[in-house]
Formats: sequence, structure tokens, C-alpha cells
Amino acid sequence: MAGTWVFVEQRDGNIRKVTYEMLSKAKSFGDEVSAVVIGKNVEGLAPEFAKYGADKVYVVEGDVFANYNTGAYVVQLAAMIKEYSPNAVLFAHTFNGRDLGSRLAQKLEVGLATDAIDAEISAGKGVFTRAIYAGKALSKVEVATSPVMATIRAGVFELAEAAGAGAVVKPAVAATDADVYQTVKDFIVTVSSRPELTEAEVVVSGGRGCKGPEGIKVVEQLADLLGAALGGSRASIDSGWLGHELQVGQTGKVVNPNLYVACGISGAIQHLAGMSSSKFIAAINTDTEAPIFNVADFGVVGDLFKVVPLLCDELKK
Amino acid sequence: MKVLVCVKQTFDTEAKIELKDGKISDAGINLIINPYDEVAVEGAIQLKEKNIATEVVIVSAGADKAMDAIRTALAMGADRGILVKQDSAADEFQRAVALAEAIKAENPDLILAGHVAADDGSSQVPTRIAEILGLPHVNVITNIEIAGGKATCTSEADGGTQVTEVTIPAVVSSQVSWNEPRYPSMKGIMQAKKKPVATVDAAAADAKVKIIELALPPSKTAGIKIEEDPDVAAAKLGDWMKNTVKVEVK
Ligand SMILES: Cc1cc2nc3c(=O)[nH]c(=O)nc-3n(C[C@H](O)[C@H](O)[C@H](O)COP(=O)(O)OP(=O)(O)OC[C@H]3O[C@@H](n4cnc5c(N)ncnc54)[C@H](O)[C@@H]3O)c2cc1C
Ligand SMILES: Nc1ncnc2c1ncn2[C@@H]1O[C@H](COP(=O)(O)O)[C@@H](O)[C@H]1O
Repeated sequence: MAGTWVFVEQRDGNIRKVTYEMLSKAKSFGDEVSAVVIGKNVEGLAPEFAKYGADKVYVVEGDVFANYNTGAYVVQLAAMIKEYSPNAVLFAHTFNGRDLGSRLAQKLEVGLATDAIDAEISAGKGVFTRAIYAGKALSKVEVATSPVMATIRAGVFELAEAAGAGAVVKPAVAATDADVYQTVKDFIVTVSSRPELTEAEVVVSGGRGCKGPEGIKVVEQLADLLGAALGGSRASIDSGWLGHELQVGQTGKVVNPNLYVACGISGAIQHLAGMSSSKFIAAINTDTEAPIFNVADFGVVGDLFKVVPLLCDELKK
Repeated sequence: MKVLVCVKQTFDTEAKIELKDGKISDAGINLIINPYDEVAVEGAIQLKEKNIATEVVIVSAGADKAMDAIRTALAMGADRGILVKQDSAADEFQRAVALAEAIKAENPDLILAGHVAADDGSSQVPTRIAEILGLPHVNVITNIEIAGGKATCTSEADGGTQVTEVTIPAVVSSQVSWNEPRYPSMKGIMQAKKKPVATVDAAAADAKVKIIELALPPSKTAGIKIEEDPDVAAAKLGDWMKNTVKVEVK
């Protein structure tokens, strides 16, 4: 069996950190580890994967892969799996990863453990831990269909550099234009100077307590000082102060940073679902009874309009 | 155009999860339509109001009590329902097979679903259904336009927003920001009681994923909480960030 494959999440050559996290984790399974990169002009990325222990890098290039599209990618991966028989294939639990993973899993009629927060893979078998009910319960599942497949949450595995051979393998291109069934008409890149929410080391979020765009500005200053991603509760998103892609919670994104700072957020259960697995949580809220304090490692009962600017001054010292 | 909506019955998002005999207990839990599916139902009804859809059919796979979720969707304005009787422990593969079988018999022009279920959070079933039926799919949409046998979907993507075109029939799964689902009216609730709901048995399929253990996460405990003058509080919080969390200040 040809080891564990990690499907590389990249857009225009920008690789998502979760790819390296998966490679690092895959190394611990004691089997060969390969990165699989599909796209256009992606061969140059290969040495990056060797740094995190990839023994092999499967590189597939072609115009048909220029934009991520499920149809062509599924056909390509299915052909490669047939040819090389990997023991396991891991995807990131991103929009693309779950889309690709589930269509491929169905094509191969195999199981898929999505949004895994822990993984243990041996020959012919994977045991994964999944957070279900928005993190209110943990489900340990076994996937014993071949290949073992899962999508992995960002930020759950430590990065570990390890020199791998990174030998480039170039499988035959199996997909054609006829396999593309989604035509991408437009892609509007979200421009932000800040890190992406699901990959950030620090996330600073503002809720209804920000009272308006002015309050969000206050929170943004702290975010920039910490090099943090900006997030929000549904209240601040619904009020139009922040874009929908910045919502943290059950119906937003699940974040996993080292530090999460909740400003003017009450801590509704649907919000906690998106951030309670953060390593450290700080909260600033005027209401001493706010449920966010039940999960906060450091809570300040106070007005964010006063505390946050003073905190920025303090951090600059 | 016939629109079919896959609706899963889930726990209320406020529900407190408890384990009983190693299983998740549903005692005293309020059951709702999965929030994403509610948005899909609303989207379908709006297509009907715009005279794009002619009929909205609700399909749910689950135990008898899933009938309540179907009735709620009918009360919102859907036309009829299909309950696919299936053990609620069925995995994604089994659910997709059962739903695809029921959908095939209906031959709809558009299949809507939620992009993820709030309970098991698997985000697989709509895509799996599309693969089984050999149809295109688009996930996590925030808007859809139907014209000339094509669906143009705006969807959330990694690092941006994407506009994708597919031919219909297609499977499309929704994000909550697509629309604001209506509450069923009193009249709608009365009418829903008379709308037809067929019951069919689930197509048989073997599970691909086995749950070996369910557990509750370690409960997070409250840490330090201070209530002091803003300058003192900010100093202490800053100190904690620098020395305990070890943040890097830019
Ligand atoms: C199906 C469903 C899904 C949902 N999904 C999500 C989700 O993904 N994410 C999410 O966040 N919510 C979600 N919600 C909504 C959730 O229930 C809450 O309504 C929401 O999180 C509240 O946002 P908030 O904490 O900003 O606002 P509020 O609950 O109104 O809290 C505002 C807080 O600010 C404090 N405050 C006021 N002024 C100040 C000040 N000057 N300084 C400091 N603090 C101040 C107040 O004391 C209060 O605690 C969902 C709800 C449902 C039903
Ligand atoms: N048992 C079911 N009955 C009807 N629809 C379902 C069922 N399970 C999943 N779905 C649909 O598939 C979507 C994604 O579910 P899941 O893949 O389980 O996260 C849901 O939002 C529903 O629209």
C-alpha cells in the first residue's frame, strides 16, 4: 500500500497551512507520506512539501485544472487512486476539500470522516475523532473502506518540519474538459491584509456590544496589533458591520486559534460552537453575567470602548 | 419546474447534549428543521413565488417523527412531502443512497439541500446524491438564478466568493445567508395538515463508517474574571496576553 496522501489546498500557488499540518501528522503514521498537488503551473511548489516530510510529491498539471472544479479533480484523483493504491487520502476541511472529498468518496463508494480533529491511520483502517453537534459531543469513528478518507480541520495538528525526499511523480492526466460540469463565471477574491480566520494564530472578534462600525474599528486596531484575523458574532454580521465570511460560530466558521478575544459578545451557544476549542480565550463584556465568561480564561468586566484602546497602549509598551 | 428539497430533522441548536448508555439522548430535545435546510425550503418557495418553480416537494429520510419537519416545510408553503423511512443512525452513504433513490422516482429539475447538518456536521449528503444521480452540484450557495436550463449560483469559496454556472437538473446546497426563512402562518399550518405526504422505505445499503465511541468534550472552566478600572483591567489583560499567552505584538 502506497502510504498516506495529502491533497494540497492551494489557490494561485498559495498553499494553505492546513496542508502542512496534515503532512506533519501523516508522518506520525509511520508509512510513506505523499503530497498530491493538482493545478496549473504547480510543479514549482513541490520542494515546499518535502520540508514537511513528503517522501513523494504527485504533480498533476493542466489547463483543465486551472480553476478548482469538482468534476475534473474527481476524475483525476479516482484514476490516480486506481493506479497507485494509497492506503489513505486526506483533504482539508475547507469548502473545496469537503466538496472534492465527498464526491470522490461516493464515486469510489467509500466512507469519509469529515471535519476530523484527530486521526490515527494504520493499514486499511482509519480512526478519526469528529466534533459533532457543533462541538457539544465528540464522535470517534472507524473508516475501513479503501482508501481510508477524511477531511481534516485546520489548526488541530502541530506543524513539524521534517526533511522528506520529495521525489516528484507525474501521473498521467486522466481528466478532460468534458469532465468539468461547473463553469466558474467569476471569482471575487476577498481582499484582506489580515490572516484567514480558520488559520489564524490569534482571532479578535466583535459582537453587538460594538454598537456599530465605529466599535468594530476599535476591535480592528487590537486585531492589527496582534496580527490577528478579524471575526464577529452573527449579531455584528447581520447588522452589516462585517462580511458574512467573518462569522464565527455554528453557522459560520469554526476557529481554532491560540488566542481568541471576544469583545462585546455575549457567548450564545451557537457562537461558542465556533470558538470554544481555542487554546486561550479572553473576553471583554460589560455584563458580569455574560455566558462568555464561563469559557474565558481571562475575562474583563468592562466597556470595550475604554478597555480595548487602553489594552492596545499596554501591548505597545 | 419541479424543485425538490432535502430536509433533515435535527436537534434545536440550543439543545444541551447528554449521553445515555453511550448514545446521544434525545429526551426532552426540541426537534427542528436543520437551519440550512430551512433556508433551502425558503429558497424553493421563493422560486415558486417568482413563477420559476411550479411545485416544491420535500424529502426527508428518518424515523416517523421526521414527519414533523416535513409538515413544517409544508406549512411554510411547500406542496407535498415524502418520508423515506430510515434508521436515524444511518451514515452519510446510506442516507445519500436512500434519498437519491427517492429523488430519482420524482425526476425533479432542481434539488436543493442544506450544505451541512447541524447535528453530525458531515457536509457530504448533497454531493453524494449528485454523484449517485450523475448530476452537477454546487455547494454553499448564497444566491441562485435559473434561466435557459442553467442555474447560476453565487457561493462561498475558500478565500472569496464564486459565481458558478451548471446545467439543470443539478443539486445545490445552501448557506444560511441566502435568505431569511419565513415563519409558517396559522393558515399555512392548517393547510399543511391536508397536503399529501407519501411514505417509502429506504433503499438498502451497507454503512461505510462505524461510530465506535461517543463522548462529551472536556468542559471548559471559567478562568480569571476581573472587574476593575479600565486602565487596571487593560494592564492586567495585557500582561496576561504577553506573559501567559505569549502573543507577538506587531
Ligand atoms: C440556528 C442558529 C444559528 C446561529 N449561528 C450563529 C453563529 O454561527 N455565530 C453567532 O455568533 N451566533 C449565531 N447565532 C445567534 C446567537 O444565538 C446569538 O444571537 C448571537 O451570537 C449574539 O451575538 P452577540 O453576542 O454579538 O450579541 P448579544 O447577545 O446581543 O450580546 C452583546 C453583548 O455585548 C455586551 N456589551 C454591550 N455593550 C458593551 C460594551 N460597551 N462593551 C463590552 N460589552 C458590551 C453585552 O453585555 C452583551 O453580552 C445563531 C442562532 C441560531 C438560532
Ligand atoms: N436524513 C436526511 N433527510 C433529508 N435530507 C438530508 C438527510 N441527511 C442529510 N440531508 C441533506 O443533506 C444536507 C447535508 O447533510 P450532511 O451531509 O449530513 O451534513 C442537509 O442539510 C440536508 O439537506
